[in-house]
Amino acid sequence: MSKQRLTREQIAERAALELPDCAYVNLGWGIPNLIAAYVPKDVTIYFHSENGILGMGPRAPQGQEDFDLVDAMKAPVTLIPGAAYFSQVDAHVMTRGGHLDICVLGGLQVSEKGDLANWRVPGAKGAGGIGGAMDISVGAQRLIVTMEHTAKDGLRKIVKTCTYPLTAIECVNTIITDLAVIDVTPEGLVLREVAPGFTPEEVQERTEPKLRYTGKVPEMAIKRR
Amino acid sequence: MDRKNRVYPSVDESVADIPDGATIMFGGFGGAGFPNNLIQGLARRGARNLRVISNNCGTGDGELGILFKNRQIGHVVAAFPGPGATYFQQQFDAGDIDLELVPQGILCERMRAYGAGIPAFYSPVGVGTDVAKGKEERVIRGKRYILEQALGADYALIRAQRADRMGNLVYRKAARNFNPIMATAAKTTIVEVEEVVEIGALDPETVVTPSIFVDRIVVAKGLRYV
Repeated sequence: MSKQRLTREQIAERAALELPDCAYVNLGWGIPNLIAAYVPKDVTIYFHSENGILGMGPRAPQGQEDFDLVDAMKAPVTLIPGAAYFSQVDAHVMTRGGHLDICVLGGLQVSEKGDLANWRVPGAKGAGGIGGAMDISVGAQRLIVTMEHTAKDGLRKIVKTCTYPLTAIECVNTIITDLAVIDVTPEGLVLREVAPGFTPEEVQERTEPKLRYTGKVPEMAIKRR
Repeated sequence: MDRKNRVYPSVDESVADIPDGATIMFGGFGGAGFPNNLIQGLARRGARNLRVISNNCGTGDGELGILFKNRQIGHVVAAFPGPGATYFQQQFDAGDIDLELVPQGILCERMRAYGAGIPAFYSPVGVGTDVAKGKEERVIRGKRYILEQALGADYALIRAQRADRMGNLVYRKAARNFNPIMATAAKTTIVEVEEVVEIGALDPETVVTPSIFVDRIVVAKGLRYV
């Protein structure tokens, strides 16, 4: 059996399965932004954008862009039936007020308590920027983080305590990576699935806090190769 | 001023009294809804040492970029200055600009509070992070919150699609973003619009910003920097 870590697209494909039909969902930058393309055809998701859209559809086709209709990443998008426009303050009434069912953000570090660091690498050049990440993390009914399991230099990103500047404390519910699906619970991190071909022990080696699991851990369902 | 006609003859006249050191809010997000004509007018006016409140800090020379290029800005409150904010980043790295980084939803909620006469409010956003530094923390019904201060300005420079002569405003799509909130939080709100119509021509059901929040209107075709 081949033993490849999942691609960013495959992480997105797996994360798409966490979105129930008719959910109100906000997707962040990076891998989360790839998820919309993998939502099954028979599922409708009402995507929220913090610049004032609920019910975002796919990217606008080339030649049909309307630059007054852009997502939070400045990309021209479309609407689906049932969409609405509103101001930035109403957009964050939705985030902070706990009205969004699921939010998916990228991550630099996640701690075993579900603390998230995702907006700044210490020592990075420039001013950095928080954007909507702190409001979204605090308010999401369920927060999923999608990211590579380890950094490029092999450093572990799922840690006992975050060392990077925090986005929010105790906010993450589920971590989906190129190696595993992990739930954050009051008893600690629970290994729910592993990438095809990987063992729980191999995932544990690349994860600082102790992972809980019993018996055979199922493999992540990935169709596209 | 004539409340039944708040239309100014030109962009330059609408910003002619903005002094050095003024605190100014600028609408716009992601390339949509920026008052680019008013920004260009402010660049021509040349007011300096401005305190700016804006989600981001320009894209090259576009949007707020020109004001940074001209070194007219000394202080910034922003949620996401942005990788395209070349002149801001240079001056920030050189230590020439003070920056207060604010979570985006808190940035607009602080404006909303100011416009609504609320001096400060408790918020869960940023608890336990750098954002909480120096702020009062309090536990309410078992949960931690920090105290955020209302945020107002001398001027709000905003963009809408259409106004009537009184200043009732209608926006277009996601170009609405920060604009209606800023209109409520400044002593003087100046709006650039594509089109002005007569009083009574806008359907009251569709007005997003009522005229009470608007002081000056100028007609200016959209400038866009993508």
